[in-house]
Amino acid sequence: MMEAEISLWFAVPASILLVCGGLLSLLGAVGLVRLRSFYMRMHSPAMGNTLGTGCVLLASMLVSSAMVGRPVVHEVLITLFMVMTAPVSAMLIIRGAIYRTGVNAARRSKE
Amino acid sequence: MTGAMLFHWAAWFTQICLVLAMACAAVRLIRGPSAQDRVLALDALYVNGMLTLLILGIRSTSTIYFDMELLIALFGFIGSMALSKFLLRGEVIEP
Repeated sequence: MMEAEISLWFAVPASILLVCGGLLSLLGAVGLVRLRSFYMRMHSPAMGNTLGTGCVLLASMLVSSAMVGRPVVHEVLITLFMVMTAPVSAMLIIRGAIYRTGVNAARRSKE
Repeated sequence: MTGAMLFHWAAWFTQICLVLAMACAAVRLIRGPSAQDRVLALDALYVNGMLTLLILGIRSTSTIYFDMELLIALFGFIGSMALSKFLLRGEVIEP
C-alpha cells in the first residue's frame, strides 16, 4: 500500500483520533463479552461503536483532506447514517428482548 | 518521524484493535445464550468490519471503499432491524 506524504499537522491529530477510535471499539466489544446480563451487554457496544465510528471517520476526513488538498466531507454521510440508525436498532433489539424475556427480567437484571 | 510514518503505525494499531473487537463480537455471536445476544453481537460485528474497511480505504487512497462502507452500513442496519422485528413479532413481513 502506498501512502502519500502527509504533513505533521494533519498526521498527529488523525493518528490520535484513529488510536482513540480503535481503543473505544475494542472496549465496547470487550464489554460485550465480559458483562453478565443481556441488559448490561446492551449499552457497551452501542456506546463504543458510536464513539469509535465518529473518531475513525473524523480521522479519515482529516487524512483525505490532507492528501487531496481541499476539504473532503463525504464521510459525513456515513457518520450521519450511523448516528441516525444506531439508536433505532438498539431500541428495536431491546424491545425484542423485553418481549421475549418479560419486563420483570429487565427489572431484576438492574439490581 | 514523518507524518506518513506516524499515520502508518496508528492505522496498523487501529486495525489490530478492530480485528480484536470483531473477534470478541464473534465469540459472543457463537456463545450467546439467547437470540437477542446474537443479534446484538452481529450489530457490533458489522460496525467493526465497516471501520476496518474504512481504514483500508484511507491507506490505499482509493475511493471505491467508500461505497462499500455505505452499503455495509445500510444493509447491516436493515439486517439488524429485520432480525429484531423477527424477535419482536415472530415474522419479518406481516401480511
